[in-house]
Amino acid sequence: MNIEWLGRQFDTIVFLLGWHVLLTVIPLILGLLIALPLGWWAHRSRRIYPLLVGVAGLLYTVPSLALFVLLPLVLGTKILDPLNIVAALTIYTVALLVRVVADALESVPEDTVQAAKAMGYRSWQSLLKVELPVGVPVISAGLRVAAVSNVSLVSVAALLGIPQLGSLFTQGFQLRFFTPIIAGILLCVILAMILDGLIILLNRWLTPWTPKVVAS
Amino acid sequence: MIKFENVTKAYPDGTVAVDGLNLEAPTGKLTILVGPSGCGKTTSLRMINRLIEPTSGTIYLDDQPTSGMDAALLRRRIGYVIQHAGLFPHRTIVDNVATMPILLGESRQKARTKALELIERVGLPASFAKRYPWQLSGGQQQRVGVARALASDPAFMLMDEPFSAVDPVVRGQLQDEFLRLQSEIGKTIIMVTHDIDEALKLGDQVAVMRVGGKLAQMASPSELLTSPADEFVADFVGRDRGYRSLGFTKTAGAVAIGEEAVVQLGASAEEARAKATGAWVLVVDGSRKPLGWAQPEQIAGGELKREHLNLSGIAAAASGTMRQLLDAALSSPSRRGVVVNEHGELIGTVTATDVVKAIEAEPHLETAR
Amino acid sequence: MNYLFDPRHWTGADGIPTLIGEHLLYSLIALAIAAVIAVPLGIYIGVTGKGVFLIAGLANALRALPSVGLLILLVLLISPAFPSKMGYILPSLIVLVLLAVPPILTNTYAGVRAVDAAAVDAARGMGFRTMKILTDVQLPCSLPLVLSGVRSALLQIISTATIAAYISLGGLGRLLIDGKAQNDYSQMVAGAVLVALLALFFDQLLAFITRRVVSPGLTRRTIKSASIAEPAKTPVTV
Ligand SMILES: Nc1ncnc2c1ncn2[C@@H]1O[C@H](COP(=O)(O)OP(=O)(O)OP(=O)(O)O)[C@@H](O)[C@H]1O
Ligand SMILES: [Mg+2]
Repeated sequence: MNIEWLGRQFDTIVFLLGWHVLLTVIPLILGLLIALPLGWWAHRSRRIYPLLVGVAGLLYTVPSLALFVLLPLVLGTKILDPLNIVAALTIYTVALLVRVVADALESVPEDTVQAAKAMGYRSWQSLLKVELPVGVPVISAGLRVAAVSNVSLVSVAALLGIPQLGSLFTQGFQLRFFTPIIAGILLCVILAMILDGLIILLNRWLTPWTPKVVAS
Repeated sequence: MIKFENVTKAYPDGTVAVDGLNLEAPTGKLTILVGPSGCGKTTSLRMINRLIEPTSGTIYLDDQPTSGMDAALLRRRIGYVIQHAGLFPHRTIVDNVATMPILLGESRQKARTKALELIERVGLPASFAKRYPWQLSGGQQQRVGVARALASDPAFMLMDEPFSAVDPVVRGQLQDEFLRLQSEIGKTIIMVTHDIDEALKLGDQVAVMRVGGKLAQMASPSELLTSPADEFVADFVGRDRGYRSLGFTKTAGAVAIGEEAVVQLGASAEEARAKATGAWVLVVDGSRKPLGWAQPEQIAGGELKREHLNLSGIAAAASGTMRQLLDAALSSPSRRGVVVNEHGELIGTVTATDVVKAIEAEPHLETAR
Repeated sequence: MNYLFDPRHWTGADGIPTLIGEHLLYSLIALAIAAVIAVPLGIYIGVTGKGVFLIAGLANALRALPSVGLLILLVLLISPAFPSKMGYILPSLIVLVLLAVPPILTNTYAGVRAVDAAAVDAARGMGFRTMKILTDVQLPCSLPLVLSGVRSALLQIISTATIAAYISLGGLGRLLIDGKAQNDYSQMVAGAVLVALLALFFDQLLAFITRRVVSPGLTRRTIKSASIAEPAKTPVTV
């Protein structure tokens, strides 16, 4: 590790880190917002569930580099536009979370749903005040996976020349120089851990009602 | 009042769960739906608050057909208690109970205050208010379920096997407390059970249903025991219905209560022997509340202590039923049943022979098969 | 799309069939090595309960590691030790195996663990020996999960192998990387389409195989527990 080099590149690294955070977090939030209604739909309809989950599975199969390259065709963007990355990661996040949201709603005990209905909750009230809150632990588990894999996926975009922490890898490769590579890997892992931790905290804050068991 | 008029429910797969049901649950009374598994009890109940829509027929709530009402608003007028309580796992006990009032637009503050009262009313300590459902036992959750249904002070209550998920001892307690509660609040209740004993114990009237969703008989518990409408009802009500029907015959002074000499703890063996009739003497406390029976022989020189007491006897209230009186006599080691007044103080004792004589003198019991 | 339909690109040493062949070769070698390592290890951990910490730790840590960074790091570390071509093939293979092991390992472990304890107990009660229980009860029952792990691993490999073109590995990634270098977008699109199709094809193939080999007694489930037969995919992090 060349500490001096890191010191000189500090501003650049912060800039790359900032982009990395944006490219990771924006798709995560967008993906969740889109997956919530879709997952609810899949949960409501026995016919829609296999369809949505199937399509999500297919989308998930497309390798990220390929998706980054193909999206400009659909969106009409330039190949270097970070928007492609945001769109691609949003697609992955939705693909992962549709099933998670549907399963989360499915995991709410039938008795609880029936009780809400019997007390005169309208279906949207039951969804917002009972089913979603009770499904939070399952949704946050899925969100954790999406967040951590997004961090790694973003760095692939460096191969196309879109700046974020992955740029440190390509730079290191071209210069045959380990310092930026190791710094990039460390920052990615730390970022993933911080996002993961934040979601855990958020989950804890939203679910004071769960039995405190030692979670893995 | 809740009224079923020719109500039929056929599920999409062709199962006819309820078939032409006519039934009226009078205001302020507890009506029980009872019958074998799968006879359509739950279906009937859930058609009232329209969790299930009837295929045909009409259900009236105080003479208004429910079919024209907004389902959510209809449900807010009706308390609903289910088998496993169905509490919201993500809300504290007090917030669970406060759900309906808040839904009906009451302020959070007021709803919580009311909820706290109700929690105590169903026999739970107020300290449970801040707990979450998973921190309660099944029986405690069931009480919360009842409190939650009562919270909006609905005129109507529907209860689907509310006491079946708990052990017999707790079930008995819940039933007793529920009877006490109902005597105070006087709601119009329809309760489902498949336990005929529970039906006979709790119901003002009992509707027996048969498989296929038809009403077999609707009657008061004692009538059901003494004159079952047909073979099916007779069978369902059970073989010892003659004995159980005594549970509905008030003693009302029909049985002669004999004097019983008593001693208190600390009495000498001689005193006990002098007061005893036969081998046994009744022991009471300072305010004449019965403590148990003792045998003077076993005191052996010393004085009468707690460990000498035989506790197997069950005291009957003078205002109780023939069944309780007979039970008191049969459970007593001296074969003399202890009878107490409403404060639990000793009146005297009865023998099984006396009780049976009174039963034989009772005119309508002769019709019992 | 023009690139794809130009016959000149379908022949020769850097023609599309050659690239597909290379891509498949690397992928299948890596998958085979990963399976040989991960399946027995997963069974061992699942049956004995030893080294469970390894499972949880691996799955989480490797998901967070950026595979591009890992690939480049290993190439720079290893390649000086090898002559010419092996210098980037070997590190690429190592990375591919490294990324494929966790999904297979964790799923095998979970599969063996998830086998109904009652079924294992019953088998033991009938006098089955430990080895026989493993081969006759635990493995058949955990097969769906194992296969789903293999499926995730293969996706991961195909995806990462594409990226490995950056460090001059052959395969379909070449079209993407060379296209980028030559500013030839149609070549990049051709590569992207082919890689996507390859991934979809193998994913569906494995899904089909899973359906064929898994005992119908295990798949007779409703939507809610269908996850036994077809678990949610472990995300591919490339
Ligand atoms: N959603 C449904 N679709 C089809 N048939 C149903 C449905 N729900 C109930 N049934 C059938 O309708 C009949 C009556 O069911 P219901 O639940 O009302 O019985 P129940 O009297 O409450 O029985 P239990 O004492 O076991 O609770 C049964 O034969 C049952 O199988
Ligand atoms: Mg029922």
